[in-house]
Amino acid sequence: MSLKIDQDHSRFRAIVRGKIRQNLRRYISQGELIGRKGKDLVSIPIPQIDIPRFVYGDKQRGGVGQGKGDVGDPVGGQEQEGDDGQGHAGQDAGEHNLEVDVTLDELADILGEELELPAIENKGKNRIVSAKDRYTGIRRVGPDSLKHFKRTYKEALRRSVASGVYNPKDPIIVPQHDDRRFRSWKEDVEPVANAVIIYMMDVSGSMGDEQKEIVRIESFWIDTWLRRQYQGLESRYIIHDAVAREVDRDTFFRTRESGGTMISSAYKLCGQLIDQHYPSSEWNIYPFHFSDGDNWSMDDTLSCIELLKTDILTRVNMFAYGQVESPYGSGQFVKDLREHFSEDERVVTSEIRDRDAIVGSIKDFLGKGK
Amino acid sequence: MPISPNQADLPRYLLVEQEKIEAIGRRYGLDFFPVVFQMLSYDQMNEIAAYGGFPNRYPHWRFGMEYERLSKSYEYGLSKIYEMVINNNPSYAYLLEGNSLTDQKLVMCHVLGHVDFFKNNFSFRSTDLDAGEPITDPVRKRGGEYDPNRRWIDKMANHGAAVRRIVDRYGIARVEQFVDTCLSLENLVDPWSRFVRRRRDEVVEEEPTAVEVPRLRSKDYMEEFINPEEYIEEQKKKIEEAREKKKGRHPASREQDVLLFLIENAPLERWERALLSIVRDEAYYFAPQMETKIMNEGWASYWHSKMMTSDVCDWSEIVDYAENNAGVMVTSGGRLNPYKLGVELYRSVEDRWNRGQFGPEWEDCNDLDQKRHWDLRLGLGQQKIFEVRALYNDVTFIDEFLTEDFALEHQLFSFGWSNRNERFEIDSREFKNVKERLLSQLTNFGNPFIYVEDANFENRGELLLVHDHRGVDLRGDYANETLAALVRIWRRPVNLATLSDGKKTLLRFDGKEHSSRADAP
Repeated sequence: MSLKIDQDHSRFRAIVRGKIRQNLRRYISQGELIGRKGKDLVSIPIPQIDIPRFVYGDKQRGGVGQGKGDVGDPVGGQEQEGDDGQGHAGQDAGEHNLEVDVTLDELADILGEELELPAIENKGKNRIVSAKDRYTGIRRVGPDSLKHFKRTYKEALRRSVASGVYNPKDPIIVPQHDDRRFRSWKEDVEPVANAVIIYMMDVSGSMGDEQKEIVRIESFWIDTWLRRQYQGLESRYIIHDAVAREVDRDTFFRTRESGGTMISSAYKLCGQLIDQHYPSSEWNIYPFHFSDGDNWSMDDTLSCIELLKTDILTRVNMFAYGQVESPYGSGQFVKDLREHFSEDERVVTSEIRDRDAIVGSIKDFLGKGK
Repeated sequence: MPISPNQADLPRYLLVEQEKIEAIGRRYGLDFFPVVFQMLSYDQMNEIAAYGGFPNRYPHWRFGMEYERLSKSYEYGLSKIYEMVINNNPSYAYLLEGNSLTDQKLVMCHVLGHVDFFKNNFSFRSTDLDAGEPITDPVRKRGGEYDPNRRWIDKMANHGAAVRRIVDRYGIARVEQFVDTCLSLENLVDPWSRFVRRRRDEVVEEEPTAVEVPRLRSKDYMEEFINPEEYIEEQKKKIEEAREKKKGRHPASREQDVLLFLIENAPLERWERALLSIVRDEAYYFAPQMETKIMNEGWASYWHSKMMTSDVCDWSEIVDYAENNAGVMVTSGGRLNPYKLGVELYRSVEDRWNRGQFGPEWEDCNDLDQKRHWDLRLGLGQQKIFEVRALYNDVTFIDEFLTEDFALEHQLFSFGWSNRNERFEIDSREFKNVKERLLSQLTNFGNPFIYVEDANFENRGELLLVHDHRGVDLRGDYANETLAALVRIWRRPVNLATLSDGKKTLLRFDGKEHSSRADAP
């Protein structure tokens, strides 16, 4: 059944994607793609367009809350109405981002669903199999270590209310044998597949902080998605200007050099890494390279292409190149790649204009299910 | 999805429950419009919720936005809408397919509370479509059964049809853009205008009457000291000047219903005027709900909890009910939950009136111990809360019944932005501060007070609005955008006099450029 709302919804999507009503795009609250990471709390962006009105400025405003805490203690987030889903359909202006507890696995699923990403075809190296227990059900017998406290309590409470023993003034609940509930599990057999992502980034002078932030956000999502697809995913990081070296994750996003750019240096190092650590018969390999598209010379670009053809492409699942737009870069490199590899499905290129383009670019990279 | 007036789509066992619950409600003295329950699947529920509860609204992208938010929250398991009820006579309420029977009963009880509130709370009288204007006595029961015309479902559907006709003629892009402009001004209404005669019939003064300065009463021999001649002269001059200034002034006095003023005075095309009127009508429809959020939710929660625990649930359901109820009442993360605050306030009022904890004797009593054991066994609690639900709105409800003890017991605090730590922090637990903050937040729905001051500002046909600054500045970028929206309607430059960082400021938009200057009138 098609819903009446569909038309309104598709117009809203069109506004969000910038197809119509460009003037409204200004008010889209930029769902920061990664809210707070750590403790598995991730914010999911649901774009909201706020129609401007005469309203009070936020900061002088404050509000009233309820709960413990001393003067000077922080309050969790801004004042908001408890949006517990019950009650009237609100006429209140919408809250902006929803910030939600989801595990990274769920997040990856959501991402996959949102972008309609296909599950990745494994390269057929599933000789190794591992069994994993998943706790999904409840049963009435089991070891104490698996006792489900909340369910047991609920059963006990139910029994004591029903049998008239429950005393609201002294609400002590003593679970009996029949009240006990236990978690139960089933065994999932999963093939183990090894995968490695090799991130390469141009850190020459022309890559600014904003460009790096884009790479950081994008690589977070790529990580999340691939981790969902492969247990035991490894990541390696290579930075380069005129020379390349391997670094840890933190350095990868912080380093800024001022030198020139020779992309081939990174590709060489990438090839060596694969040689030494990741035999292609056992590993799914994903090199991702980000730069602003400036290379030192045409010669170097040609040697990059040569390296890709002979050394890298034969051994990897796909090779991804993301070009972040910067005010300094010429943006030539992506054109060269496209010229030479337009027929080759293993090379995926994507241009990332700004933060808004990240989502589209993730789809470019991961949309093929390689 | 057409709403059918018969209840055929509600399963029989639920109809039986509805009858039972309504009988229980009546026994407690609830007085509600007929209620039509409809069972919806979750995507239908999300659709109707996105349309603010109405199955037929005019087309607009923001409903699509709301739909996306609701359906995503549902899919990701963040929240689901259990129930929805619309202020209509008969009232329509929706049940979510697949909820447990206990949940459905809970929703039915809750809905009855809302519908009783819609029917009896004075502020909802402004949604009577058959009331003559203005409603100067919203409390008085009209003779016989009170059965007002609140066919808002039809009215909203008519709005939808009207807008679709306009869309056919002018195209969705143009219409939607204009609706956006109107929505920018949606909150510039006068919540009390339905209850007060704002505009006196203009007395045309042919000959200005002589200026009479009111004098203080005095004995003859004191007259020249109490009402000195120079002072009287001075006042006379002032009044004359003010009169002179007002001459030919439009509007005669400042008006808070900016939307109405624009509908009557702005150079709009016919279809534009129609759209602006629709936006205004709907803003007034939703106003009472915003004005009584805490009371309304509190009342419905009070009744669902009373009816479920004393009459409706059997022992096998009570635990599930309690778990669910706890989820609705939860106050986590320091947030104020209107359901919880409302229901606790009603309970506190009921308890106080049962024990006679009110009136001058109670107020004057300073003996803490005596107060604690104060019980006159008056048993007026039920009567009082029914009275409160009819005569108050959130502001007066909080003002009158939120006591210091209550604030203490429920650990209320006020918070504000800390510049030093760049975060919101608890700034006080003092009763006075907390209450003031809460009241100011609710006053005028938390919207700034904006008035039309002059439609011919500086004799150039410009519009002058005045912001009655009550301690909080406007948000600057939004104010500028809203001025731009006003210019699209007024088609001449628009000015807004406000305060910014304590300084008088006149914001102006002339259609091309925003400017601000310091010499605000």
